[in-house]
This record gives sequence, structure tokens and C-alpha cells, in this order.
Amino acid sequence: MSLPVAAAQALQTFQDAAGWEQRARLLMQFGDRLPALSDADKCDANRVHGCESQVWLVGELHDGHWQFSAASDARMIRGLVALLLARVNGLSAAELQQVDLPDWFNQLGLSRQLSPSRSNGLNAVLQRMKALAG
Amino acid sequence: MMILSPWRADFPAIAALQRQDQTYLDNAATTQKPQALLDALAHYYANGAANVHRAQHLPGAHATQAFEDSRLKVGQWLNAGDSGQIIFTHGATSALNLLAYGLEHVFNPGDEIVISALEHHANLLPWQQLAQRRNLKLVILPLDSDGLIDLAAALRLITPRTRLLAVSQLSNVLGAWQPLPALLAMAKAQNALTVVDGAQGVVHGRHDVQALGCDFYVFSSHKLYGPDGLGVLFGRNAALEQLRPWQFGGEMVLDANYHDARFRPAPLGFEAGTPPIASVIGLGATLDYLSGLDQDAVSAHEAALHDCLLRGLVARDGIRLLGKPQLALASFVVEGVHNADLAHLLTEQGIAVRAGHHCAMPLLKRFELAGAIRVSLALYNDSEDLERFFAALDQALELLR
Repeated sequence: MSLPVAAAQALQTFQDAAGWEQRARLLMQFGDRLPALSDADKCDANRVHGCESQVWLVGELHDGHWQFSAASDARMIRGLVALLLARVNGLSAAELQQVDLPDWFNQLGLSRQLSPSRSNGLNAVLQRMKALAG
Repeated sequence: MMILSPWRADFPAIAALQRQDQTYLDNAATTQKPQALLDALAHYYANGAANVHRAQHLPGAHATQAFEDSRLKVGQWLNAGDSGQIIFTHGATSALNLLAYGLEHVFNPGDEIVISALEHHANLLPWQQLAQRRNLKLVILPLDSDGLIDLAAALRLITPRTRLLAVSQLSNVLGAWQPLPALLAMAKAQNALTVVDGAQGVVHGRHDVQALGCDFYVFSSHKLYGPDGLGVLFGRNAALEQLRPWQFGGEMVLDANYHDARFRPAPLGFEAGTPPIASVIGLGATLDYLSGLDQDAVSAHEAALHDCLLRGLVARDGIRLLGKPQLALASFVVEGVHNADLAHLLTEQGIAVRAGHHCAMPLLKRFELAGAIRVSLALYNDSEDLERFFAALDQALELLR
């Protein structure tokens, strides 16, 4: 399965990054570019629980393709979510079932963000996405 | 000024963590272990494990002897003397649950349980749930602006309806000694039972349960440089008479029939099933090690480190301390910076501190915070640990601002 264009660009950028500091700056830049979620969508029903910060995730199918949007009050998790959306947005329901998201973060050099002890919420976001995608 | 720890080399994990570029400053969560403890565990397992208080065979006798020696050492550590008994549990949380279930029968609907606003969930939820089971009122003592339990309010709230007072000696978030003598006196004047959560307090200085005068004192081994899976409950003799067994099973029984049974008195009657034998023996070794240290030197070292931590924090712009930490730890937030972001970047730099609500959600809500960063110290930390922390903090804040 070929990568969506946004994902391929993100992957190249992160693979070129040298060191934690540059990855952190990139994460913040990706987070800053995440389109804003409307206040109406920042409701309790869309809240992803299990995060140290507040995270909201909304997913809709358009013509058989997933379109997720998200927001967070913390910058790092916002960046991580932006990288997640870059990988999954536009996929069909069948394609979304296939995609190996832990491997995606591994390729980005961010696999530590998915370790079980992390309370940053990326694990919780992945679970929520799985639940939404059925 | 350099603050070196003469005890650092006694804790082999500190060097191991340093080789992994990790600076361990999460000691209020758990501590690294002295070599003396590692040796005791290896010795026990290498020389013949056996169950305690059961078998007549020699390995069983050795294990039981070592196990009971540890009970004596814990009693000495707390200066329990003949005033009460030391009960081993599976953790401080287990000890507090034992109390909340084993004392349930002394409460009548409408009675009041008094705790404080700063309690760890382990000293909140067992009482909250007991109150719900028995239709009791849970009374919360408020804090003053320094993070100490407000004594004037306590005087109003501890009343003849108070059946039990359960408070922390040292807050795991605010790092301040609570005014226990005054609180315990108020509770005793109302004939209430008194429970002290010493999980943080026991790690700093020596405490004398007879001088303190509480009915029950609880702590966990792993925060006191001991093994995990082990808690300690001291109970005063008269108070223990009111405590009923909570968990039932092997070795806590005097006589069992199919339809009824009689149980042992404390301590064994509250130690159902196989206890964490190796951990108990290990805690004994840790206490031997700690007893050999110059306590005044340890306290002075910890105070100097804490002073260095506070000075470093207040010297930086936008940092807000929670309460007025006196020792052991400091929790803080940075204006305009999400604590999750700061935690992320400290982790990236190998700084092991705690971020979040610290198992005290209601307290954090009172501060109107979703979380805070906590730096907590141990006797093996030194000023270089703090320098690495501050360098990482500055770097993180530069990135985030």
C-alpha cells in the first residue's frame, strides 16, 4: 500500500531529523499546522480519555474514505496526532483496517511515544480511532 | 556549590541508570535499592526458600526466623516497643484497605470520617467507599495557602460525630509536614480512631509511633528503599482489638470447621495467605543498612538538595510552586506551558520526573490544574542530578516558549 502524499512527506522530514531536539521542533510545527476543531466538536463525546492532556478526535466517512480531525491543548500530542492523521486521512475503511499504526510511528522514530507506560495519550487516540473505524 | 552523596555508590541502580543517560528524580513514586537489599534477596533465594509459620522443617524455621527478625526491625524503626503490633500487608494501599474493611463494623450511619484535601487516592478512596457502604459522612479538612491542613477549620470539623481521622504525614504533592500532633489531639479528644499515612513521611527522618500517639501508622516498603509488594501497618494494641480480619485464608486461622472458624490475633490474623517473604526479609536488610547511616547527615544532605531545588525553580521565570514545599520534593507548573509538553521534553532528555495528577486528583482540581511536574529527591541524589534537571528544563522551556 503506497503512503498518502502527506505521510510520505512527513516520513522524509522525520527521517532526516537529527536528534530529539529537531524532532521536538518538527512535532510542534506539525501540531501547529493541524486544522482547528470547532468548539462544538470539542465536546465530551469526542474527548479521548486516558490522556494527560485534553484530546478530541472526530472521524467521518466521505464517499467511503475516512476524514479525521482532532485537537489538543498540549503541543506535543497535537503534533503526534497530526502525524497520525497524515497517515490515515483519505484511506478507505478497508485500507484503514490494514494500516499498521505502531509501525508508522516506529518509522518516524517516535515509537517510544507508544510504550505502555506513556500517559501522553497516543495509545488512547489509536484505540479511539479503532473504535470509530469499527 | 557541589552537594555530593556519600551513599550514592551503595545503590548500584543509580550508576546503571546513569549509563542509560537517565537522571532519576521520581523518588516519591519509588526508590532505588541498596546493595544490602539485593544481597539479602539473593541470599534468601539461593539458600533455600520456604514458607513461614507453617512447616517444622529447617528451611521453614530459617525463613520464619528471618521473617520475624524483620518484624522486630520494623518495630524498632518505628519505636513501636510493646505499644502495638507490626502487620505486613501487600502494600500501603492494602494496609489502608484492611483498615477500611476491618473497622467497618465500628461505624454507624451518620458517623463521620475525617480526611484532608491533600490525601493520596490510597488514603481517600478506601474511606470514600466505606462511607458509601455504611452511609457515613466523609469530611474533608481544607488546606491553608501554604498547603498545610487548616487547624482552625479542623477544630470545627472534628466533632463528637468523628469516628476516625485519617491523614498523611507528608504530602506526596506538596512536600510539607502536616500538623499531626494538633490533629491527632483533636481526634483523640473526640475518642476517634486515628490513622496516619506515612508513605512519604517514613522516608524522611525517624518517626516514633509512641510519641506520635496514633492508633495506626501505614507505610510502603518500596518508597523506603525496600522491596515492592510489601506494606507495613502498625496498630496500637487497644486499636487492634477493634480491627477484624478482612482477608481470609491460610495461616490466619486458629481453628476451622466447614461452617465456622476462629482467627488468630494480630499480627498473623491479618496476614492471610503466604506473605511476601523475600520482600519482608529484604526490608529487614534495608532497615539494617539505613540504621547504619548517620541520620543527621542524611537529613542535612536532603535539606541541602531540597534548598538547591527550590532556589533553582524560583530563579526561573513563570514557575509556580504548588504549596510551600519544606522537604523531599517540589511540584510546579510553568505559566503558559502544558505540563504534558514539559514532561515529554524532560523525558526526551533522560530526566525521570513525574508529571500528572500524582494520584491526588481532587487536590490538583483544587489548584485548578490538570497536572503538575514533580521532582522528588532521595538520599543518593546529588547536585549534579539537579544541574542536569535544570539544564533540561531550560532547554525544554526554550523550545516550548
